[in-house]
Amino acid sequence: MSESLGTTGLVLNEPLLWERGKKGRCGFSMPAGDVPSSPLPAELTGDGPDFPDLSEIEVVRHYTRLSTWNFGVDTGLYPLGSCTMKYNPKINEKLAGLRGFAAAHPLLPSVLSQGALQLVFDLERFLAEITGLDAVTLQPAAGAQGELTGMLIIHAYHRLRGKQRTKILIPDTAHGTNPASAALCGYLPVPVPSGPDGILLPETVVGLMDSETAGIMITNPNTLGLFEANIREIARIVHDRGGLVYGDGANMNAVLGVVKPGAVGVDILHLNLHKTFSTPHGGGGPGAGPVAVRKDLVRFLPVPRVVERNGAYELSEGFPESVGRVMAFHGHFGVLLRAHAYILSMGPDGLKQVSRLAVLNANYIREKLKDVLHPAFDRPCMHECVFSDQNQQETGITTLEMAKRLIDYGYHPPTIYFPLVVHGAIMIEPTETETKEDLDGFIEAFRSVVREAGENPGVIREAPVRCKLRRVDETAAARNPCLTG
Amino acid sequence: MKKIEEIQLPEELRYSPDHEWVRPEGDLARVGLTDYAQDQLGDIVYVELPAVGIHIAQGAVFATVESVKSVSECFMPLAGEIAAVNGPLSDDPVLLNQSPYGDGWMVMVKPDDPAAVSQLLTAEAYLARLKGGV
Repeated sequence: MSESLGTTGLVLNEPLLWERGKKGRCGFSMPAGDVPSSPLPAELTGDGPDFPDLSEIEVVRHYTRLSTWNFGVDTGLYPLGSCTMKYNPKINEKLAGLRGFAAAHPLLPSVLSQGALQLVFDLERFLAEITGLDAVTLQPAAGAQGELTGMLIIHAYHRLRGKQRTKILIPDTAHGTNPASAALCGYLPVPVPSGPDGILLPETVVGLMDSETAGIMITNPNTLGLFEANIREIARIVHDRGGLVYGDGANMNAVLGVVKPGAVGVDILHLNLHKTFSTPHGGGGPGAGPVAVRKDLVRFLPVPRVVERNGAYELSEGFPESVGRVMAFHGHFGVLLRAHAYILSMGPDGLKQVSRLAVLNANYIREKLKDVLHPAFDRPCMHECVFSDQNQQETGITTLEMAKRLIDYGYHPPTIYFPLVVHGAIMIEPTETETKEDLDGFIEAFRSVVREAGENPGVIREAPVRCKLRRVDETAAARNPCLTG
Repeated sequence: MKKIEEIQLPEELRYSPDHEWVRPEGDLARVGLTDYAQDQLGDIVYVELPAVGIHIAQGAVFATVESVKSVSECFMPLAGEIAAVNGPLSDDPVLLNQSPYGDGWMVMVKPDDPAAVSQLLTAEAYLARLKGGV
């Protein structure tokens, strides 16, 4: 193969900040006091926090060195399935850094926040159009909070109709947060098995959708990377029996401008702005999980909502049936800014092209790897492709070990062991932003790893050998977590 | 990961299709996870066991096991009342990996119908299911 991306270079060790520095060292100089001293009351004095004494260059080198141990989408291909680790255009950062936004205070009165409020108002309209639904809240901090907000709306809907229901249907190909969100809202999650082709069958839903069931939560495309082709029929069944259809839009990157969830029967949908609309994420945040709803559910959206009155924008609490506030201030405003910039810079045709290329790239990888890895379903996929470890069973090499070996080749591993319905799952989501050369490099690397699994399994069991830290003991970390510094 | 031939399946135990084993002991029955299940799950980091005294139906969830890969539920192989749980297992989940049929046992059950044990799979029948990829 051509020269591997992965290589070794000089990687500098770096201790903890507390192990650096020297007593009295400081990164800044305070001017001499020129006013009389005024001691604090005794109850406010005492030992300060335990901060290390460091010079400016020690701090800069500390974080710069740590950053060289990291791998991000700006370093290379990051095909973590279900996470949509697409490139985040730098224009988003430039616009989010505009002083009028970056320095705005969330408690400024509306009259001094017109630009920020208009941005919220406009982004809500954009997302309503993209989802084919009527109104949007931008408050939820991430996808799972969007799901909980959606569950609260379903709960409010049934309360208004006079009869609460107790269960929510959740397919076995849904995101793992779905049952957790339903349970957090007090519903009993009822698992729905997917059909032989990896998608939901209407007859299965017919058998489970009863008068105690408040609705269904469908991830579409599902976590197998397959489009739920029976979505209209399933939505009809659920609606006929008085339930609501919640769409988990985390995989929206596959269908932007191609499928409007509102047009295929989805009543409530959350989006992950940090995934589909290209804002930096990973390591737990920050995210944004706006929720879009159909017309008769608008009354339940969280407050305050931005409303337009005589050409000016203001915050309104005047929605008495609202589920209330779900997030302080206006959500993760910095994420909203970047998503707004992304949508405007891409435009409607650009967004459609995003999804087409995301689907094309995933299918390209699937086709190029399907003779060495076993596809979970041998049919075209959407934005991500899923393989099982079936072909590697004989070698005894596991999915985890192949993922570790990929690191040596300079690629972030795909998602592994998810979805749970696929044995030893390998879930690859390349996203639309990768070039054909980068996709080919990844494919070639994965093929080499598979070859090594058969010919030289010892190499794989030792991997990774080229990175700063090799195998960390995740079992010990989970059994005996050390949660303090 | 073990090959099917390397999986330990003691002849004297009975097995459920959901990968639990059962060993009758007087009026009670001891229940745990099979060697196959612990091997598939990988390093187990957390085990949640039921309260003593509650009744659990056959096929209902009686415990949750978390490994570095995933969180899995364990299903009751035979209906009955929980007579005892393996306390040390909660503090030291590695026992389930090291000794699935010994110190890694999970619960003692007082079965509603002691004869129901005989309806569970023999080691041979369970092994046949594993080979069939079930």
